[in-house]
Amino acid sequence: MLIYSQPLELTKLLAAIDNFLQGNLSPGWAILVKGILVGILLLATYALIALALIYIERKVAAFFQARLGPNRLGKYGVIQSLADMIKILIKEVIHINKADKLLFYAAPFFVIVASVLAFGALPFGINLHAIDFNIGVFYLLAVSSLGIIGILLAGWSSNNKYSMIGAMRSGAQFISYELSAGFSLMTIVVLSGSMQFSEIIEGQRYCWNLFNGHLPAMIAFVIYLISGHAETNRGPFDLPEAESELTAGYHTEYSGLQFGFFYLSEYLNMFIIAAVATTVFLGGWMPIQIKGLEAFNQAMWYIPSWAWFFGKAGLLMFLSLWVRWSFPRLRIDLLLNLEWKYLLPINLVNLLVMVLVVLSGFTLTDLFPVLFGK
Amino acid sequence: MKFIKYIGSIFTGLRSLAGGMIVTWKELLTPKVTMEYPENRKTLVISDRWRSELIMPHDENNEHACTACGICMMNCPNGTIKVTSLSIDTEDGKKKKILDKHLWNYGSCTFCNLCVITCPSDAIIFNNDFEGAVFDKSKFLHQLNHEGSKLREKKKESPVPASDATAKKEN
Repeated sequence: MLIYSQPLELTKLLAAIDNFLQGNLSPGWAILVKGILVGILLLATYALIALALIYIERKVAAFFQARLGPNRLGKYGVIQSLADMIKILIKEVIHINKADKLLFYAAPFFVIVASVLAFGALPFGINLHAIDFNIGVFYLLAVSSLGIIGILLAGWSSNNKYSMIGAMRSGAQFISYELSAGFSLMTIVVLSGSMQFSEIIEGQRYCWNLFNGHLPAMIAFVIYLISGHAETNRGPFDLPEAESELTAGYHTEYSGLQFGFFYLSEYLNMFIIAAVATTVFLGGWMPIQIKGLEAFNQAMWYIPSWAWFFGKAGLLMFLSLWVRWSFPRLRIDLLLNLEWKYLLPINLVNLLVMVLVVLSGFTLTDLFPVLFGK
Repeated sequence: MKFIKYIGSIFTGLRSLAGGMIVTWKELLTPKVTMEYPENRKTLVISDRWRSELIMPHDENNEHACTACGICMMNCPNGTIKVTSLSIDTEDGKKKKILDKHLWNYGSCTFCNLCVITCPSDAIIFNNDFEGAVFDKSKFLHQLNHEGSKLREKKKESPVPASDATAKKEN
């Protein structure tokens, strides 16, 4: 790996903190303190990203609807979501009389823990990766599908028909689309030959997986975006909380911070989907690199890797918002139709095509090793 | 055949989705027409027909046109207007009714404009000043005639023709 100068990178700061802790504490304590610090940092980033996303969503939604959106609080309304956060923190948590108490209170935690677990495994930049599993993709799929338990529990324990219908719809939708998301990620695992995020990113240094696997990779990308969008329960796939039919779906009975958890995890799931798509298809935090153009590559490295990551993920999130505010809600049978009759068969064929492409050496890195080779 | 139809349906679907997204993209970029009210006070345009506050125009001599006839009070559907009059003796020994107080309640007015239409001497009009919010209900009670104002003397030579007056009523 070539060494580029990376002035805005956080590696030096992280190394300094690490040295300081190692020098002053015994190894066990150092690891404990580091773990706590990383945990706090992840939770803080989680909350900050959620706040930023809520603001961006409201603003983008407004512009798609020929409005201005929040613009009263701060310049262009930038601290609107902060005010909303304070409001939701001081709101009362309403106790439902005939709800299943234990499950009712546990449900939001399932949802938020699932999304924090997935969030923690994302590679945000060079060395900004809490834990680099060798089965990273698999782990991410596994923990992100835990969230559905929380949604089903919420619907069941609320003792409310709207919540129940919402949760059931959500279950049907989530489990169906999880298949597609899994298969499209599998297609890319076949292409990059690894499930470890760091290796997937390193493999995309000169050619993103999206282009490396050309046709099958692009189909997988589109399918992943569609199914990821559906997994986040956002329009046009928002029938679990279709407000015109089900008041608010599975979180009808929740208030205060419990509702806040659902709200937070919805936005963070959107971010996680975009982040995984970025990492797996668009080169993750790797800046745009062209083989042979060292000056250009050097210039690209001046932009820190986390900025590349958030930039690419931001583009995908904008796409998600764009889709959300463009299309009407699907009917439940059409929703399942889309998944089982279109996405899943296409995905299976696509996976086969990808295997053939990789085996017969038709990927761009194999065809043009001079331009894109590692 | 069925398979070709199936493949075709995917592309039709994708094309129509792209069409929808192009429409919303254009919407995203259209300039927004929202008026940001407190900031745009200087450029705010309120239609002349907008009725907000009942006023009695006074000229530079602090004279108004109200004869205290009470027609506005009688026509007001919900008793918003209260006209009180005084009776004074003129120099030539006649008794004359003059306006004491013309009271109008902003809070109960429905802005129906009947008082303005029926006023025989066009003494009252609705203006455009819509920012009438106050913190105390008692401040809604407006006295329309200014302090020390009096009736504008009409020139005896040119009384307003009757036909003219009726035409004005219908406006």
